[in-house]
Amino acid sequence: MKRIVSLTVNGRRREDAVADDLLLIDYLRELAGLTGTKRGCDGGECGACTMLLDGEPALACLTLAARCEGRQIETIESLAANGRLNRLQQAFHEKLGTQCGYCTPGMIMAAEGLLRREPHPSEAEIREALSGNLCRCTGYVKIIESVQAASGDAS
Amino acid sequence: MQVLNGFVLRRPASIAEAAALLADPGARALAGGTDLLANLRHGLDRPATLVDLTGLAGLDKLDWADTGVAIGAIVTVARLARDPRVIAELPALAQAARSIAGPGHRSAATVGGNLCLDTRCVYYNQSEAWRRSNGYCLKREGDVCHVAPQGTRCHAAYSGDLAPVLLALDAQAEIASPAGGRRSPLGELYRDDGAQHLTLGRGEFVIAVHVPAPAPGVRMAYRKSRPRGAIDFPLAGVAVALAASDGRIESLRVALSGTNTHPRLLEGTGELAGQAIDNALFARLGKLVQKQVSPMRTTVTPANYRRQVASALAQRLVKELAGVS
Repeated sequence: MKRIVSLTVNGRRREDAVADDLLLIDYLRELAGLTGTKRGCDGGECGACTMLLDGEPALACLTLAARCEGRQIETIESLAANGRLNRLQQAFHEKLGTQCGYCTPGMIMAAEGLLRREPHPSEAEIREALSGNLCRCTGYVKIIESVQAASGDAS
Repeated sequence: MQVLNGFVLRRPASIAEAAALLADPGARALAGGTDLLANLRHGLDRPATLVDLTGLAGLDKLDWADTGVAIGAIVTVARLARDPRVIAELPALAQAARSIAGPGHRSAATVGGNLCLDTRCVYYNQSEAWRRSNGYCLKREGDVCHVAPQGTRCHAAYSGDLAPVLLALDAQAEIASPAGGRRSPLGELYRDDGAQHLTLGRGEFVIAVHVPAPAPGVRMAYRKSRPRGAIDFPLAGVAVALAASDGRIESLRVALSGTNTHPRLLEGTGELAGQAIDNALFARLGKLVQKQVSPMRTTVTPANYRRQVASALAQRLVKELAGVS
């Protein structure tokens, strides 16, 4: 079964006919053409598809598109404004928080959710906020330093 | 893109409508979806209908009264973990909520969904191809339990984190059904069968959990052991509610998760009332736990390790809560 769903993706209203069993990650990647949100696992284990749903980090691979009526979705594509990287993107670039880059969109969106709620998080809060995101290059220290730099708290 | 099985999503507007929809044998209740949708992606079920409970009015509340709190089934785990009053008055519940999965799950996952979490096993939580190559298993599509091939029952482990805390606090589950509703001790929601661990009948679903206000002086905590510090389910999860004075136990309730097919309230702790909190007591408590848990080879970690760790966690939490070093 398909239904018409209207939702806001990266600040723009969209209306699409979506199947009841369509996952938000496939909606974003296939229908909306936003491939920044990555698919890294079988479902809910890696955090690569983390995006913001009404401002809270959530997993696109465990969200049904049909249940997103009226909701606000923000993906990695929404962060840069007028071609300028946002503070987290800039910090991940400068502090080498990115290696192969596959986990980076999920890491940055999880960190973005944290910084909006807590602009100056402690290291423990950063670790907890990123605890659902796996980096298989294992560059976790640089990732945490990047978030600290973005929050203006780098040592 | 076709990763799910082509179900129809229904979004009922009332509890009665939801109960009527769920009376259909092909219907499954959907709340946050963090357990169910991951399992559907693995082909662990092929429901014709998913009944979305998250639009039901009144199930998203924390209702505080002098006698305790009623927690609606669709209150999210993230909210439970952050709620200042839960943190202050039911700290073990906040600890358990905070220990569930990762932040991206907690923002969607619900109290009702965590209570009704499917049981887990290393032979079950696998892709369709993996399970097919292994001849499936007793819990789903197969005839043999690979954990205990001689037996006739499923040993998949119940792995929810909220249930042990709520059992230790003597909570009750409020259940809606096509016939109306009922309320029963939380323990009666479960049975000792990994393939069918919930006692819910057709059309029934949990709408709230009622937690009585803890008696004055009760201290509580929840802790779990798991391979890594996030996302993973408990190898053993232990909840303790303890009242003590003058170095003696006044009351003690202990409940466990991850070690049996159902969350288990430890029996025999009533007999520890009045006992001095010393090494002899910890030894007795440790033995009680070791006797009553029955971890099987359902994780990559040996069953005996989980038995030991459950016992150690119970002793450690009592020590910490009693202020004994």
